Amino acid sequence: MQAAPATAPPALQMTGMTKVFPGVRALSNVDLTCHAGEVHVLAGENGAGKSTLIKILSGVYRPDAGKIVVNGQEAVFRHPLEALRAGISVIYQEFSLLPDRTVAQNIFLGREIHRRGRLDHAAMNASARQTLETLGVHGQIAPEALVSDLDVASQQMVEIAKALSLDPQVLVMDEPTAALNPTECAVLFEAVDRLRARGCAIIYITHRMHEVQRLADRVSVLKDGELSAHFDSLPEPSAIVRAMVGRDIDTFFAPRATSDQIGDVLLEVRDGGNARLDAINFTLRRGEVLGFAGIQGAGRAALGMALFGDTPLERGQVILRGQPVRITSTRDAIAAGIGLLPGDRKAEALALEQSVLDNGMLSARALARLLGSHRSNGFTNTGRMSGLLDKMEVRAPDYEVAIGSLSGGNQQKAIVARWLALAPEVLIFIEPTRGIDVNAKAGIYQLMRDLAIGGAGIILISSDLPEVLGCSDRIVVMRDGTVAGEFGPSPSETEVMELATSARHAAA
Amino acid sequence: MSIVIAPLKRMFESRRFERNAAFYLLLLAGLGYVLIAVATGQMQYLTLDNLVSILGRTVALGITAIGQTFAILIASIDLSVASLISAASVLASVVMNGDPGMIVPAILAVAVLGAVVGLINGVLIAYFDVNPLIATLAMSLIIQGILSAFVTNFAGDVPEGFQVFAYGTFAGVPYALILMLLLALGAWFVLRHTRFGANIYSVGGNPAAARSAGIRTSRVIISAHLICSLCAALAGIYLASRLRAGAPWIGADGVYDLESIAVVVIGGTVLSGGRGGIWGTMAGVMIFSLLDSIFNLTGVDAFVKQVLRGVIIVGAVALYSYRSGRIAA
Repeated sequence: MQAAPATAPPALQMTGMTKVFPGVRALSNVDLTCHAGEVHVLAGENGAGKSTLIKILSGVYRPDAGKIVVNGQEAVFRHPLEALRAGISVIYQEFSLLPDRTVAQNIFLGREIHRRGRLDHAAMNASARQTLETLGVHGQIAPEALVSDLDVASQQMVEIAKALSLDPQVLVMDEPTAALNPTECAVLFEAVDRLRARGCAIIYITHRMHEVQRLADRVSVLKDGELSAHFDSLPEPSAIVRAMVGRDIDTFFAPRATSDQIGDVLLEVRDGGNARLDAINFTLRRGEVLGFAGIQGAGRAALGMALFGDTPLERGQVILRGQPVRITSTRDAIAAGIGLLPGDRKAEALALEQSVLDNGMLSARALARLLGSHRSNGFTNTGRMSGLLDKMEVRAPDYEVAIGSLSGGNQQKAIVARWLALAPEVLIFIEPTRGIDVNAKAGIYQLMRDLAIGGAGIILISSDLPEVLGCSDRIVVMRDGTVAGEFGPSPSETEVMELATSARHAAA
Repeated sequence: MSIVIAPLKRMFESRRFERNAAFYLLLLAGLGYVLIAVATGQMQYLTLDNLVSILGRTVALGITAIGQTFAILIASIDLSVASLISAASVLASVVMNGDPGMIVPAILAVAVLGAVVGLINGVLIAYFDVNPLIATLAMSLIIQGILSAFVTNFAGDVPEGFQVFAYGTFAGVPYALILMLLLALGAWFVLRHTRFGANIYSVGGNPAAARSAGIRTSRVIISAHLICSLCAALAGIYLASRLRAGAPWIGADGVYDLESIAVVVIGGTVLSGGRGGIWGTMAGVMIFSLLDSIFNLTGVDAFVKQVLRGVIIVGAVALYSYRSGRIAA
């Protein structure tokens, strides 16, 4: 883990990077230097500007100011192709694989090997096998296999193989372990070590402290689009966290419920199951924030959608306020007093072109008849909705502007207002702070707590583990579509991860 | 019952079935045809000659559908093919005007027409981000409008020397059928064995991934539309040769826009792009042709025929979509 000699120019030097989007300063005067044979960890909360920086580096965005120097030569990337040619390869968090093509075809996407105008499938398969060997996964992944037949971890390895087969000078990895279990993580870390030993400059994006400890030679932390800290050697985890959050973690999350704030059982699920879920058992009390943790694909979001009647439970019992209920549609759920804020706001919750007010009124208007006139009168009244939006402190020029023009945090508050109009008792939040800036996050956490104190039961489903740990009064850990166990108020990140992955761990 | 159902269920759920569904459907259609011919005692329809004639009727649709496959593979679509077919038939026939010396110039003129239409479609979609449905529908209206301003019925005259294209045979097989099969073979080669073909699948499967892999997605989109329009233009020339003159209603009459899309989809190419291929399309074309023949054998009413076709299209797509557990088309 030695830095390159000071005489050699760094593999990559970004200085003064600035990017402004309409209404948002996404990146402001950020410097980042990465040397050959080094892992430079880039840390930061969601919305801190990491993705923007990487998209500039890979030629997807053009910076408004700043300079990129690759191996001592200034570079301007107008197209992803130019960044690739300069030896910069990015593994994005969202998979960019083609599910209906083979592993080899994906690895050679856009630069297929051909001989006299004909694709050389044999050569591509052979070369792909070699790359997979470099990563140490050639036993599990065949070059001829269809990507859609692979599990998530193998798909991640294919992504890495794809980037690696370009023999890049600078390799950017954007939270590559998000979907992996500890065994798979170990394989990945070894692959990173091998790449570092081969002289690759690696920018590794993560917010998991044990990965920083395991891999980092240097660390830079972004916060609100600015470089908030830089370390030329491995710092204490607490120093990184402070730089990421900008304040101590204790004041970031809302205080937990006191024992007198927690009331009687509001919702209970007994042996619930459907195609994705099995043997689901848990209880939710009034005044409580119940967190659900687990790795990607463990069935957390599926459970949220099941409780909300979107893909209903087919087996078992749901007991609400002591009465068994059958929820087979979202209308049933809403009538029973269950609300859900989906993970993908733009795709699943908002009519982006419509006004803030119309978005707020969406459910109340649609359900006016279902809820009965005595309840709906007040709910379809725009004055009342404006009041709720005010109460949520939605910041907008006025409530007639298109909701798409608001920031993520304000959009989320508007969706909460939509639910408040219906006065639900169980509110399910899926990934409530994804794509929301840090200060707005604290606001959402406080909001969840206030709703709980008001007597609601809150279910928090998030893949941001620190968030689940920081907000929840109890934590249910899910694994392979079922409940793996439960923790009290503040278990350690390691304890939760072990439980979340141990079955797959044992099977591996 | 379960002795029959269990293996069928297993077959239905296997991956291989998903890949070859169109060919199983083709087999089913062929079987149905034979059974009905036997059952109704019309054995004269079971000869090789009759098979060739069934296939011969598919040429115009087949050539158009080969082009349409390229458009749909990149997650686009082309609604302008029917109008373009009409325009190409009229242009070819008018330029030839009975003069064998004008055959080559006529073909060149039609090729230019096809290229221009394809280019405009592609540029509108790739650079101006116009929805493909709208871009090609508008193009279709424009072509049809211009065409109707000049001609209302048969126009020009195709010299006898060029009628060979539609009516000539080699060892009993029509030239045009051979041409269609060669075209399909060429399309298969391009899709399977060239970089351009790989790019088509990439752009259709995940445009963002293709772009970040350095593929010039706009060019791929334009090229696919170029191929689609050139195929439609060729189909127009063929129809002019077959009818011995061009006509401004010929494309609309054959419903080549919607039928070419239908056979591509029945052939297993998904409308969301990135999956499918040319042999599926060819199977789809033959399924349609066999269905028509079955309807003829049984003397089904023309309106009922349309209804049954519709049912079969929806049935096939619903089957694929149910199988792959996502919306396929």
